[in-house]
Amino acid sequence: MHILVCIKQVPGTTNVQIDPEKGTLKREGVEAVINPFDEYAIEEAVRLKERIGGTVTVITMGPPQAESALREAISRGVDNAILVGDRAFAGADTWATSYALSSAIKTIKDFGVIICGKQATDGDTAQVGPSVAEMLNIPHIAYVKKVEDVTETSMKVERMMEDGYDLIETPVPCLITVVKEINTPRVPSLRGKMAAKKAVITQLNAQTINADVTKTGLAGSPTQVKKIFTPPQRQGGEKFTGEPQDMAAELVKKLLNSGVIN
Amino acid sequence: MANKINILADKCIGCGLCVGNCPFGAINLQERPEHPRKFKLAVIDANKCTFCGACIESCKTFKAIEMQKDEVKSAVDKSLYRGVWVYAEQRHGEISSVVYELLNQGSVLAKSLNVPLSAVLIGSNITSKAQDLIDRGADKVYVYDDPIFIEFQDDPYSCILTSLIEKEKPEIILMGATNIGRSFASRVAAKIYTGLTADCTALDIDLETRNLLQTRPAFGGNIMATILTPRHRPQMATVRHKVFKEAKVEQGRKGEIIVNKVDASKIISRTKFLGFIKDASASINISDADIIVSGGRGLGNPEGFKLIAEFAELLGGAVGSSRAAVDSNWIPYSHQVGQTGRTVAPKIYIACGISGQIQHMVGMSSSDTIIAINKDKECPMMQMATYSLEGDLYEIIPAIIKEIKKSRCAI
Repeated sequence: MHILVCIKQVPGTTNVQIDPEKGTLKREGVEAVINPFDEYAIEEAVRLKERIGGTVTVITMGPPQAESALREAISRGVDNAILVGDRAFAGADTWATSYALSSAIKTIKDFGVIICGKQATDGDTAQVGPSVAEMLNIPHIAYVKKVEDVTETSMKVERMMEDGYDLIETPVPCLITVVKEINTPRVPSLRGKMAAKKAVITQLNAQTINADVTKTGLAGSPTQVKKIFTPPQRQGGEKFTGEPQDMAAELVKKLLNSGVIN
Repeated sequence: MANKINILADKCIGCGLCVGNCPFGAINLQERPEHPRKFKLAVIDANKCTFCGACIESCKTFKAIEMQKDEVKSAVDKSLYRGVWVYAEQRHGEISSVVYELLNQGSVLAKSLNVPLSAVLIGSNITSKAQDLIDRGADKVYVYDDPIFIEFQDDPYSCILTSLIEKEKPEIILMGATNIGRSFASRVAAKIYTGLTADCTALDIDLETRNLLQTRPAFGGNIMATILTPRHRPQMATVRHKVFKEAKVEQGRKGEIIVNKVDASKIISRTKFLGFIKDASASINISDADIIVSGGRGLGNPEGFKLIAEFAELLGGAVGSSRAAVDSNWIPYSHQVGQTGRTVAPKIYIACGISGQIQHMVGMSSSDTIIAINKDKECPMMQMATYSLEGDLYEIIPAIIKEIKKSRCAI
């Protein structure tokens, strides 16, 4: 089976800090990393390949710098990588991103399962995976926590819900988005690292994917950012120290008085 | 016809204010060859810029940034689209509480636009629930009641909602930012080519344009963005639990119930639902809970969650955890709060032995009251909490439990 993984490069969030004076994000020295959820998607794709055979292709839409994320995916066992990049894609919202990705995927005729992380940590929308599936006119299952069974023509998965999980069967081709619980990603192997260095990344642009540029980038995005602002920072409150009994009594008194518990 | 943004080199003094204000890291300061070591020049990376205008805001003093945005032409005749809809999500035949919250805010939006508020109810054996939605403020309820909808699957649900939207043309659709809502709202928006804004925390109307002002957190809540869907209709938004208060019940309120026929042969349904397995460890869904007691690495061992559970049960709350506790296999992943877990906003969040890594904070910092219990008074959680108690949680929690029990006996 030809398995596809869609990934995104995001700011390495462990380093994201707020400048205490200006109240803005500190960007200096923030490295770009593979979206954490996409690491589970990559790992699951490689595991599916190990189960039923085939190849894994990783695909991303982004600026030229996103190539490093693709190479890292190769070091973790992915076979091929595609970078979909064009000036015409800049400023895309989830609709226009899904349009560009699905247009690129349409040029890959033989794909079976497409795997995405459940969401990216910068935008947190969880919208691109399902939207890509709709645009490709294939079924999707979001929040997959386990692939129970997979063949060339169908797949049985567990979908994580707020109150438990659903067991669902889908024909292939299909798209799934995966949650953290699905696996533990492997560390890149030495062989993988060598392969990543040597790999030739396929470059696609708006023209080569036959995209209608009125539907890409900022111009093609239904949503527009009107305003961006920093939320008021939460101020620390009351500090309690001393004997546990005294602190507990005082806290409970406060909570009862303010009506937050009864 | 592209957007343009320029830095005026004669006005820019290289102060860097715009660099810090750019949420997308699209601006850098570069040396000017003509003024080495004197003035730097701000340079915008066209690949990263989204024309949000945050830099222009920061450059008010110098007016060194110029932006021209495209005139937005409508993709559809917006005047054909009228009315506010709430998708009345149900799970196993029960309406989700987020629906009542959406009806509350939906009625505010509908009033200011002077249009009716409608609800869309899709399920099996569900028609009897329609009146509940009217009692909570819906003027009209569209019902699709058919065995094909007995369990949620993306294909049939998105198929039927899309066809209803195309027929009735609402201007706004609100949905819960639940696993169900997020999953199939995306399909619907993709299909009809309209904007969908995830996880809104504030919704307002610009009366002049009838645009929905959708405010949402981005970058893990470190910045807020107000998003518009200026040229497309309907404007779709998902909203998390607990952002708005539930609409009050008005028994026997009058409204219209429209039960639509379902032609199952026209509904796409490629997937097959095989079964549901309930999570026994999550007796209370943490996204729903008013009170969450969370444990972290500071518990020291998995046994600590027994104390956390006792505390939570006493308060009628749910048990949460940090990633560290989940990664140590002390508690299942379904309890994890934070960036790679769930985002919650309860009335009270009690963080026991959780230091407050940024990834955890973004998942709970919009809670009304935060109580931190920790030995380390310097840790971020203790610094940020509404009430912080310094000391051993194994001494403090039992003392609090005792106090609460005492206060209840006194009444």
